[in-house]
Amino acid sequence: MSDTSKTVAELAAGLAAGRYSSEELTRSCLSRIRGAGAELNAFITVTEDQALAAARDADRRRQAGGAAPLTGVPMAHKDIFCTSDVRTSCGSRMLDNFIAPYNAHVVERFNAAGMVSLGKTNMDEFAMGSSNETSFYGPVKNPWDTSAVPGGSSGGSAAAVAARLVPAATGTDTGGSIRQPAALCGITGLKPTYGRVSRYGMIAFASSLDQGGPMARTAEDCALLLETMAGFDERDSTCVNRPVPRYSEQLGADIHGLRVGLPKEYFGDGLDAEVARVIDAAIAEYRKLGAEFREISLTNTELAVPAYYVIAPAECSSNLSRFDGVRFGHRCESPRDLEDLYKRSRGEGFGAEVKRRIMVGTYALSAGYFDAYYRKAQQIRRLIKNDFMRAFEEVDLILGPTSPTVAFNIGERADDPVKMYLSDIYTIAVNLAGLPGISIPAGFTNGRPVGLQLIGNYFDEGRLLNAAHRYQQVTDWHTRAPEAFA
Amino acid sequence: MSLNNEQVTEIAHLARLNVDPADLSDYARNLSDILAFVEAMNAVDTSSVEPMAHPLEMPQRLREDVVTEENQRERFQAVAPQVEGGLYLVPRVIE
Repeated sequence: MSDTSKTVAELAAGLAAGRYSSEELTRSCLSRIRGAGAELNAFITVTEDQALAAARDADRRRQAGGAAPLTGVPMAHKDIFCTSDVRTSCGSRMLDNFIAPYNAHVVERFNAAGMVSLGKTNMDEFAMGSSNETSFYGPVKNPWDTSAVPGGSSGGSAAAVAARLVPAATGTDTGGSIRQPAALCGITGLKPTYGRVSRYGMIAFASSLDQGGPMARTAEDCALLLETMAGFDERDSTCVNRPVPRYSEQLGADIHGLRVGLPKEYFGDGLDAEVARVIDAAIAEYRKLGAEFREISLTNTELAVPAYYVIAPAECSSNLSRFDGVRFGHRCESPRDLEDLYKRSRGEGFGAEVKRRIMVGTYALSAGYFDAYYRKAQQIRRLIKNDFMRAFEEVDLILGPTSPTVAFNIGERADDPVKMYLSDIYTIAVNLAGLPGISIPAGFTNGRPVGLQLIGNYFDEGRLLNAAHRYQQVTDWHTRAPEAFA
Repeated sequence: MSLNNEQVTEIAHLARLNVDPADLSDYARNLSDILAFVEAMNAVDTSSVEPMAHPLEMPQRLREDVVTEENQRERFQAVAPQVEGGLYLVPRVIE
C-alpha cells in the first residue's frame, strides 16, 4: 500500500514503477484528510469525487504511455486559486457561495501535468493574516502542537503538507504567506521572483506583491513543482516571458565558494535567542558544505513593514472594491438602495482584518494623504530594493531566519494587529523588492519548528533551490514528522 | 495620526463598508495604531527618491486592439446574486 509520508519525487517514481496506482494513492490521502487530519481544519473543501476521477484519468494516461513526470501525484490548492466547478472561497464569507467560471493558470498547469487535486486549503481571509486566524472557516491548527497557529496566510497548505495529508500544495506570498507558514510548520516553501508564476485566476490582494509558489517537504519537490507551475501567460500583464529552467536538473551542484550574506539587521533585537541558535547551527552546516559567509547590511530593513502596511492595504482597498454584491459573492438581504446594498453586503461579507486593511488603504489613498503615505511608501520601497541590489554585488545568496519566533499560540496575537504584522519582519522586504525566497526546516525549539530563509537575486530560483537541496542532503530536519501525524 | 470615531465612519463610508457602531472605537484604536506604526517611514528623507511601482520596472505589455474574449454571459451570471433577462438586478437607482 502507498505511503502518504513520501515526497512528490518518491511518489512520482513509485507511480512510474507501477508500485501503486494514482487511485490508491489518492484514496490514502483522502482517508488521511478525513481521519487524522480532520482536527487540523486544513481544508475548506475536499473534492473527493473529482479527485478520484482525476486519479483514474491519470492511471489511464500512464497506461497509455502518456504520463508526465508528476502525473497521478496528489496535491492541494490554496483556496485563493480559482477552480471551475469547485467553490473558491478565499477564506471569506464574501465568497462562501462562489464557483469560479474558470481555472487559474497555475491550476491549468497542474491539471495538464496530470496532478490530482484533493481540494482547497484553508487560509487567512483574502490572504490577509500571519496566523490563519482570520479565516471565515475557523483557524487551522499546527500539526506540531495543536494549540499553536500554523502561520499564514497559506496556513492550511502548510499544515496539510506537514501532517502528511498531501505531499504538496500551492500557496501565495504577498508579505511572507508561503515562507512564514512553511517555517512554522517545518516544511519547505518557495516564493518565486515576482512575475515568474502567472497570477491569472489567483484572487488579487496586493497586485504588485502577490506571487504564487510551491509548498512541499523538500527543495527537490519545490523544484519539480515550480518547473510545472511557472511560465509565461499573457493573461497576467506582469508575468515575465522568459524560459523556465529545469530546476530539478540543477540540483546537487557543489556549493563550495558560494558567497552568502548575513544581514546584521536580521540577527538583532526581536530575534528569539533560541531561533538564533538554530540559525547559527545551520550556518555551521553550510560552512561545512563550503559556503563562505560575510556580514552585510540591509539598512532600511526596519522600514519594510511600515511601507508594506501602506502599499498592501492601498492595493487591497482597490482590488477588493470588486466585491460589491452585484456580480458575484455575498449580497445582503433586502437592500434599501444601492448604497445600502454595497455597504451591508461588504460589511457582512468581510471580516475585521480585511475591513481594517481596506480602511487603512482607503485613508492612505484619499485626497490630501496620497503623497504622505502611498508615494512615501513607494520611495521606501525603492530604497529597500537598492539595499538588496548592493548586497547582491558582493554575495550570491542572503541567509537568515524566516520568522523571529517559532509558532505562537492561537489567540496570542489576535488582538494586536501591529504585533501580528511584525511576524513577517524578515519576509516582507523580499516581496517589496520582488525577489525569490525560500524557507526550509532547520531545527526546533520547544518542539516547534524553526525555518531558515534563503533570499536570491531576480530569477535565481535555481541557485536558491540547489542551496536548499544541498542542506537537505546533509541534514534530516525536513524528514521529521509531527508525532501525532508520523 | 490618531483617528476618532467620526473619521472612521467617514473612511468606512468612502470604502462602502458597513461598520457596526459598537465596533467603531475598536477600529479607531486599531487604525490609529497602524497609522502611527507606518509613520516610521518619515524617519528617512526620500525627497530625491523615485517612487517604485513595480519590482521589475517593466513597461506595460500591449496587445492589438482586437476582440479576444467570447461572450460567456450565462456562465458569469450563474454566480450572480440576482439576474433577469441577462441583466444584473440592483435596487432602483432612479426614482
